[in-house]
Amino acid sequence: MSVKPLPDAEQLLTALIAQMRPQVTPETGLIGIVTGGAWLAERLHAALKLEVPFGTLDVSFYRDDFQHKGLKRKVAPSDIPFEVEGRDLILVDDVLYTGRTIRAAMNELFDYGRPARIRLASLVDRGGRELPIAAQFVGATIDVKQSVELKRDAQGRLSLALSTD
Amino acid sequence: MFLTTNPQLNKNGELHHLLSIEGLPGEILRQILDTAESFVGVTQREVKKVPLLRGKAIFNLFFEPSTRTRTTFEIAAKRLSADVINLAINVSSQTKGESVLDTVANLAAMQADMFIVRHSQSGAPHLIARHVSEDIHVVNAGDGRHAHPTQGLLDMFTIRHYKQDFTKLKVAIVGDILHSRVARSQIHALTTLGVPELRVIGPKTLLPMNVDNLGVHVYHDMAKGLKDVDVVMMLRLQNERMQGSFLPSPQEFFKFYGLTAEKLALAKPDAIVLHPGPMNRGVEIDSTVADGSQSVILPQVTFGIAIRMAVMSILAGN
Repeated sequence: MSVKPLPDAEQLLTALIAQMRPQVTPETGLIGIVTGGAWLAERLHAALKLEVPFGTLDVSFYRDDFQHKGLKRKVAPSDIPFEVEGRDLILVDDVLYTGRTIRAAMNELFDYGRPARIRLASLVDRGGRELPIAAQFVGATIDVKQSVELKRDAQGRLSLALSTD
Repeated sequence: MFLTTNPQLNKNGELHHLLSIEGLPGEILRQILDTAESFVGVTQREVKKVPLLRGKAIFNLFFEPSTRTRTTFEIAAKRLSADVINLAINVSSQTKGESVLDTVANLAAMQADMFIVRHSQSGAPHLIARHVSEDIHVVNAGDGRHAHPTQGLLDMFTIRHYKQDFTKLKVAIVGDILHSRVARSQIHALTTLGVPELRVIGPKTLLPMNVDNLGVHVYHDMAKGLKDVDVVMMLRLQNERMQGSFLPSPQEFFKFYGLTAEKLALAKPDAIVLHPGPMNRGVEIDSTVADGSQSVILPQVTFGIAIRMAVMSILAGN
């Protein structure tokens, strides 16, 4: 059985920046989904030279699998340091798969206010959607059975790895 | 070994009921504190609510009167989108002679998911937890002199918020330790979270026998006990639980054990003052201290909502 290597996360991020650059204004609000999406939002925010600080979202309290899974993972506080009402937003996540995380994130965002628009940027798209959700900015589409996660080393370099859980 | 026999934990070692802080591993206490941290932010949003417990029925069973605790549990449940039913049982079925377990069985038949129980008898929440079906969770909201775990946890949250590291703190608990379920929960929590120096200060008549077995230092003199502490945890004088002569008079108590600005000056300059409420001003605490800059009594109330949200959502998910 041959295992295809996962693409290089840093190269995908460069591609994502190039796609997004003509599509944002300094007032665009980036919101990264904890944890991988938050790392990406931080990098994108710097590269795109946005004026509004980036936000982070932990969707644990909005997930639709709470009944089955409970609150097992450590929850991080969501932090959106700007007015959501009327703003052009881009949600950032590392791996787009079923779309359920994105639904939870959108539900949470509307509890902060009514944004003018929400678009979605994802480093990789694994397919496998269970909801009618699509990303406007994608680093690469990959075809792997196992779940994939983003990692960040001590130097801040990003890489993709097959998830162990 | 005791982990598997702790009635609060399920077979995976996760919290199923919250009955007492005693015997809970530090990991679970920290999970509750960390989760509460995330809920503090929720209350500052446009919509102060998350959908986590949508469709769940939470019953506040108060066999003993309480305003603050019942209200904060109610707010917490509503902010989690649960349906809350408040029952003050001393004025309904108990007077008609129904037993606690019958009351609970009837409410369980109404599809309850969680019971928040306050009772004047120690052990009542344990009794209920032993008799409910497996999918129902029980939270102790104060039982007799035994325990008041969510109060203990919100005190820990408050201390961590202002002082960060438990392992560097000197903490004093002052007043009526004997009758206080709050004090017992605080002592277990502070010890589990690694506070190196824990003191209790009070008159001999209001300290339990063998209290030093709990790993605390006992003082009868405020001047000695408060010296250089980082945290002062005042307790309410429990008049309603006192039968017999524990004290000459409230005035006498205030003179020796009431927290005044003068006595507080013996603690560290940045020491914080906690009180679980309701306060007896001029008995255990002077108004200048209660309303002063070192008081964190009102933040305790705010944090209490986040702690109860955390406890309910962790239990409901386990």
